[in-house]
Amino acid sequence: MELKPLIRVEGLSFGYTQKIVLNDVNLTIAEGEIVTLLGPNGCGKSTLLKIMLGLLRPARGRVFFSDRDILHVSPKFLAKEIAYVPQIHKSSFPYAVMDIALMGRIPHKTFFFRYSKADMSIAHDALERLSISHLANRAYTEISGGERQLTLIARALAQGAKTFIMDEPASGLDYGNQLRLLDQIIKLSREGYTFIKSTHSPEHALWIADRAVMIKNGAIVSDGKCDDIINDESLFRLYNARVNVLRLNGSLRVCVPETICGCQEFAKSLWMSQDIMEPPGDMMQSKREAVPVKEDHKNAEI
Amino acid sequence: MKIGKNLFPVLTLILILTTGISLTFGKYPVAFPDMIRFFLYKVLNVGYVAPETYHLLGSLFLDIRLPRILAAVLIGASLSVSGAAFQAMFVNPLVSPSLLGVLAGASFGAALGMVFSKSWLTVQVLTFTFGFVAVLISVGIARIHKGDTILLLVLGGVISGALFTSLLSIIKYIADPYNQLPAITQWLMGGLSFVDGRILLAIGIPQVLSIILVILFSGYLNALSMGDEEARALGISVEWIRMLLIFLATLMSALTVVLAGMIGWVGLIIPHIARMLVGPDNKVLIPVCALIGAIYLIIVDDVSRMLFSVEIPIGITTSLIGIPFFAIILRKAKKGWN
Repeated sequence: MELKPLIRVEGLSFGYTQKIVLNDVNLTIAEGEIVTLLGPNGCGKSTLLKIMLGLLRPARGRVFFSDRDILHVSPKFLAKEIAYVPQIHKSSFPYAVMDIALMGRIPHKTFFFRYSKADMSIAHDALERLSISHLANRAYTEISGGERQLTLIARALAQGAKTFIMDEPASGLDYGNQLRLLDQIIKLSREGYTFIKSTHSPEHALWIADRAVMIKNGAIVSDGKCDDIINDESLFRLYNARVNVLRLNGSLRVCVPETICGCQEFAKSLWMSQDIMEPPGDMMQSKREAVPVKEDHKNAEI
Repeated sequence: MKIGKNLFPVLTLILILTTGISLTFGKYPVAFPDMIRFFLYKVLNVGYVAPETYHLLGSLFLDIRLPRILAAVLIGASLSVSGAAFQAMFVNPLVSPSLLGVLAGASFGAALGMVFSKSWLTVQVLTFTFGFVAVLISVGIARIHKGDTILLLVLGGVISGALFTSLLSIIKYIADPYNQLPAITQWLMGGLSFVDGRILLAIGIPQVLSIILVILFSGYLNALSMGDEEARALGISVEWIRMLLIFLATLMSALTVVLAGMIGWVGLIIPHIARMLVGPDNKVLIPVCALIGAIYLIIVDDVSRMLFSVEIPIGITTSLIGIPFFAIILRKAKKGWN
């Protein structure tokens, strides 16, 4: 892909008095990419996202958006380009879904403002695009977690930004809503939106991201196409957990924890016949002694 | 949510009616038609009122009752608006204007003035000044520490409020127990009987201006109540807007103490009632709070004046009416937040 760089992070370091959170991070993100940050708790993913949003000031290094240092542009300008989609939360006040989407118009308003008809229709369109316009007058506190996440995405759309930064967007969502969220991200990415998101689930990266960036102890340990860098070894190094990355149906890949994956027979049957529905009957018993089998099939697939 | 738009004319009408009816209440009762006749003659020069009655009613309405009622309007609106703004800013529906210590500081200032000065102006200036000093201390405490600003501000408010409450106790302890102490105590219970036209004008202008400014800023309050990070990611200069709103809310509340001493509970209860009526959207909520707060305080002041032959301090009445009312609506009010 010949994409032009959109966000450039150069020599970024960040830390509190005792603890270094990020150390000399360099990263370039191109327009239209879906980039997933992977890493254990406390590795610095969230901090990196917040620095890119201009919410935290780096101790050293700079972040450029379209070649402009984000510390030298106004927050309003940045908000029109980059939107923050936080984890779902319960707001303390039951604002209507429409009120939340309208907040996205704030960067476009002058100092004292009232929302205009145009703002209303932009916010409404955003809800429409995510198929939640029927919720417009419902209280944000009373809708489901998945609907709340979509509301926050709608706000980002109403903001008019083309780059979305999402901090663990799937956390707190049930399985079905996680899948629907990923689906929305793919759809929007096809329309030219750029996504930078952190996740705890490497599978989400394998399924929808072009690129994964693995961060550990405040440094990038690997950065590349998901298929190239997400494998048993890199996940072990990252999370200190034994996971088998198995190939299904040619391109699709899944992560199966080794303790569950069990014996070689099961892993092989899964890998060769794509028959997930019928695991071997003795899988549960053979859990423990199955550790040293992973080498052969893994090499075969890469 | 639809109720919001129609509510403004209705509330404005209720406010005008309450004001009118309250003008007829008092030690010297005036029939409602007589009052209408007086104002028609006074303002539009329509009809006729005998000169003697005209002078009597003129001083009764314009010098005594109207300033008092307008003061109630200003105080009720100010406390409610600053309460609602604080609740949104601090993402906590149980917060009241006294959160950052403004009322404690202002009370201390008033007491200090009453003990060490004979001049009423000094008392008022000290009241206002220490209201601000208390809030500055809260904000200062929040600024010197790093961390969650909202939490630090609340803690700063607790510290500052406690400080000025103890300082007030010292003043009460050293005050002359025959003259000064009763005066201080009565002041702290609140009352509108000291209000006159001149002071009303001096205090009313900044108060009205700050209410209007908060209403103009109310569009930011929704976003601020989503948390600092989200608000900043929406391009809002959070620190700046928050300080401005704290300044305006402090100005309004400190001035209510200058006008009428300590009046509690209004800033907590009215935003809840308003939220029950129009929902949490601050663009609608804040102006509705101003109107309901004004109406509420006129009525409470009427009760204070009329219930017994001796006037009850309004601070006591607001609490006595407000607390049971709040207890009753608590279940419904809970729907207004979580």
